[in-house]
Amino acid sequence: MEPIKPEKIILQVVVVLTALLLLVRLFSMQVLDTSYQTMAKDNIIREVTVYPSRGLVFDRGNNLIVNNLAVYDLMVIPRQVQNLDTTKFCRLLNINRDEFYKNAARMEVAAGYSPYRPQVFMKQISADVYDRMQEYLYQFPGFFTQIRTIRQYNCHNAAHVLGYIGEVNQMQIDTSNYYRMGDYVGVSGIERSYEEQLRGERGTKLMIVDVHNREIGSYKNGEEDIEAIAGQDLHLTIDMELQAYAEELMQHKRGSIVAIEPSTGEILALVSAPSYDPNLLTGPLRGEGMRMLNADSLKPMFNRALMAFYPPGSTFKPLMGLVAMQETGIGSHYYFACNGAYRLGRRTVGCHYHASCYGIETAIQHSCNSYFCHLFKLFVENDKFGNVSEGLIKWKTYLNEFGLGNSFYLDLPALSGYVPSPERYDRMYGKKRWKAVSLISLGIGQGELGVTPVQLANMTAIIANKGTFYYPHVVRPNTKDPKHKYNQLHKVSIDAKHFSAIINGMEKVVLYGTGKTAYRAGLDICGKTGTAQNPHGEDHSLFIAFAPKNNPKIAVAVMVENGGKGKKYAAPIASLVIEKYLNDSIAPYRKALEARMMKANLISPRPRIYNEPAEEEEDLITTIYLPYTTTTTPLSIPEQIDSKTTQQVSTTEPAATGNEAPVQIKTDLKIPIPSTIKAQPLQPPPDGH
Amino acid sequence: MSSHNTTIDWVLVFTYLLLVTIGWLAIYTADFNELHPEIYYLGSSYGRQLLWIGIALLLGFCIQILDTRFYTAFSYIIYAAALVFLVVVLIVGSTISGSKSWIKLGFFNAQPAEVAKFATSLALARYISSLGNIFYSLRERLIAIGILLIPIILIRLEEETGSALVFGSLAFVLYREGILPGGVLLMGVLAIILFITSLLLPFYYIMASVAILLLLILLMRGKSGIWEKLLTYLPVVVAVITASLYLNDVALLIILPILFLIALLFALYTQKATYTLLALFLASFIYVKGVDFIYNNVLERHQQNRIGVVLGTIEDNKGAGYNVNQSKIAIGSGGLTGKGYLQGTQNKGNFVPELSTDFIFCTIGEEFGFAGSAALIGLFVFFLLRIILLAERQKSRFTRIYAYCVACIIFFHFTINIGMTIGLMPVIGIPLPFISYGGSGLLGFSILFFILIKLDSERYMYLR
Repeated sequence: MEPIKPEKIILQVVVVLTALLLLVRLFSMQVLDTSYQTMAKDNIIREVTVYPSRGLVFDRGNNLIVNNLAVYDLMVIPRQVQNLDTTKFCRLLNINRDEFYKNAARMEVAAGYSPYRPQVFMKQISADVYDRMQEYLYQFPGFFTQIRTIRQYNCHNAAHVLGYIGEVNQMQIDTSNYYRMGDYVGVSGIERSYEEQLRGERGTKLMIVDVHNREIGSYKNGEEDIEAIAGQDLHLTIDMELQAYAEELMQHKRGSIVAIEPSTGEILALVSAPSYDPNLLTGPLRGEGMRMLNADSLKPMFNRALMAFYPPGSTFKPLMGLVAMQETGIGSHYYFACNGAYRLGRRTVGCHYHASCYGIETAIQHSCNSYFCHLFKLFVENDKFGNVSEGLIKWKTYLNEFGLGNSFYLDLPALSGYVPSPERYDRMYGKKRWKAVSLISLGIGQGELGVTPVQLANMTAIIANKGTFYYPHVVRPNTKDPKHKYNQLHKVSIDAKHFSAIINGMEKVVLYGTGKTAYRAGLDICGKTGTAQNPHGEDHSLFIAFAPKNNPKIAVAVMVENGGKGKKYAAPIASLVIEKYLNDSIAPYRKALEARMMKANLISPRPRIYNEPAEEEEDLITTIYLPYTTTTTPLSIPEQIDSKTTQQVSTTEPAATGNEAPVQIKTDLKIPIPSTIKAQPLQPPPDGH
Repeated sequence: MSSHNTTIDWVLVFTYLLLVTIGWLAIYTADFNELHPEIYYLGSSYGRQLLWIGIALLLGFCIQILDTRFYTAFSYIIYAAALVFLVVVLIVGSTISGSKSWIKLGFFNAQPAEVAKFATSLALARYISSLGNIFYSLRERLIAIGILLIPIILIRLEEETGSALVFGSLAFVLYREGILPGGVLLMGVLAIILFITSLLLPFYYIMASVAILLLLILLMRGKSGIWEKLLTYLPVVVAVITASLYLNDVALLIILPILFLIALLFALYTQKATYTLLALFLASFIYVKGVDFIYNNVLERHQQNRIGVVLGTIEDNKGAGYNVNQSKIAIGSGGLTGKGYLQGTQNKGNFVPELSTDFIFCTIGEEFGFAGSAALIGLFVFFLLRIILLAERQKSRFTRIYAYCVACIIFFHFTINIGMTIGLMPVIGIPLPFISYGGSGLLGFSILFFILIKLDSERYMYLR
């Protein structure tokens, strides 16, 4: 056979070989390599996050106090913006041209900026601006609105319990595998401690998008979507009426009130004064509110009820009596002569003038320093402990049982206070170089003892219950499970028989003793005054009380900073709180007392900012209290931009911190002012007491 | 038409109709408009394509009515007219997507390069067949090459590089007819390959390949015919393709089979050319070094960039790189059987630019998977082999040359277009014949094809 000429078949060969090459390549791409499938899926599927609604919060009376409010963020995909009519756009948004450019500039420097991805142009635009915007949005390609929910508070109280939310910070994003940039997270209060229940679970919706990132449908009809799970609702144990009343009593003062229901451990009211309106820390003006609160020298954001350490003073004496009776074997009729002072070695602890104490009841009634110093010495230097260190350790153990020096029980971010351990004195005096005399003031609640008001209230509740208690809490557990932390009954290791003498003593305090100012006929209040010396000025006024004596319904600890003697402010305030709770109203004859307590101003003259000329005091107050006068809802964006407002805004407030939307403050807003921190004309503290 | 020696090759015509139908279906899914699902909606590309198909069939019918001698007699005139057309477009043409190769005629944008394809084929067939002798003078060879070169230069001036390259494929016809010695063609191919690879691969890599190539040629020398050689060395090809697949090395996958082919052809020609091969090795050495030198020291920065982008050495994700990446994702995600007609997610999302025109193969790859792609490639191979078969059965040189021209043009389009969509070839924007959307292209290819059918139908007549 004649060999075939190559030129006749070469093209066939080339065609077939080329086709084979293409087929091999296609086979490897389409059948062998599955990565293209993944890439195709990545191409077309966009995960749309479905944010769960945050759990609602109800108070003790099942009234809704915290709910969610829909707000709209104005978003923009910069690359899609074309032919923007800025004048019209600004008019719709009620902003001026400067703000427009400021927003644009802020957006461009924000982390994660990309002209191809949605960016927040303006946060939390108001409902009417949103309505207007929706109508004209089609004229502004690239702009769209995104719904977000913010917190709305239906009350002006309990800010320290409720806490607030804010955007997660980078550390939280890094340490948790849940949070993502822009998520809201509880920063303080129950928002923080119940964050996991409140936040719910984010869902995702898979959307098919085209090359321009436009959604063209749901992926697989939503089969692979994950539903968002709404956050759980919380039921507070706080009685909002009592809380509001207690906050009103504490206005113009620093200090706190904590009221606990002894039979359940439920916190009825938790006041830290000065307080603020929780609505300040939500909405578009949040940044400004935050800035102002942080700048306030009275530190309204600081939760004194949970975070501030005070020496308990004489309010510690009932507990001292209890532990002494339990460990040293003294009876309730143990006698110790006061003699006006307690002298031990070179040390002298003075006592006030009072009748002789023929037992622990009268010692409490008269708040005898000598008696309790002696009991403390009896306790820590007791032979059964071997040495004073062991005695102090035992003493500390009892205190811890009563909740002093630990915060394990509370469902709010709290500090544990301070109960000294022997190491502390070893450091101070050297090992074995100290005795009861060195720390004798611990026996009367002074010295190196630091307790928080909530711990005092809890201690009072334990005494009221004669040794049993539930951990105090502000949120009712949503389960009856007896294993739940707040459903477990705890017991201190003090025999129940020792309590009656102490309680009788506390009753006498109110009837005939140091706390007569807390007397209210028919309420059977048992209490104990305290006057805590402190290096910052006037003594702190303290009072712990519970009522009624039998079957106690409320235990209160009141702490008024620089209030002087316990009977001066703390005792009447406590009695008013108890009366309000038990009787729902204040008897007419006590209205004068109530008014005096409410008007008492212990923080004026206001601490002055250094180098501030005195004549500008008026302005200073206006500036400081401005944020408290901001609105709740709706948002305070004026209907029309007039040149006057614009000018005022641009000249006075250049702030707009961080990512917050620019804030406009109108000085003429007529908004109800929260009672706790109402700016009032300066007035001297009332006379007497 | 009623003559007994008029035999239309219906197999080829049916294949053509099948390809056009597939093309229309592909365009329908590529540009599917939910608001206008009706196929005749002229606002959509598929509606217009339907119109073009109708016009093409009408033209095809007209071509069959005309006397065969019209094409031989008027071939130079058609060629001249096409050249005038090309010159006119250079002056008054409008620029569409970077190339000034369009003439606006009302709603229709004509592309003279399409006309030039069949015009040049006709002129080439006419001229070479008129020579009538197997031994050509240098003048005759130069004229034949000139007929090819003039449209190439004109089209290149229009910045329509892809179409210009298409005419380059007609060099094979010159070789087939003995105008261009095989050696020259192969040297040309080798030069192109070496040019590209010298910019892509390390020097030693290329020289090792050349050495292997020459060694292969030495091994393959001998008296045995081409089929025996193919069979003997086929395992080598298979091994190479497998290896390159395994290494996922595209360069290897393309270059080594081509090297093998070149070796085979050289072996057939150089029976006793050890010295020639040695010279070739040295020449390659100098050539590769020279290309490197020119690229690095003579070319300007922007020229380097341009070449780099085409070769893929410079990342260009917004331009050609993006297209190819999306195209590969679309085709690769098709799997074995595809996502189903009108179900292609990448197609529907408009991820691949130029989907209905240059990247039309993506719709088939994604929606019909490997099975569909293989079927289409099979159909094209059948179509091309049928045309070559048809060419080789001609008594008339004119028809044979013309048929080869048709085969070369369609084959070039087919290879470059599909190769481009799967990342084997640089992105050269030329359409997939009969499949891609575009009236100009479809009419051009149809005329090219129907003239061939007409010529073949009278294969018992002697034409020149």
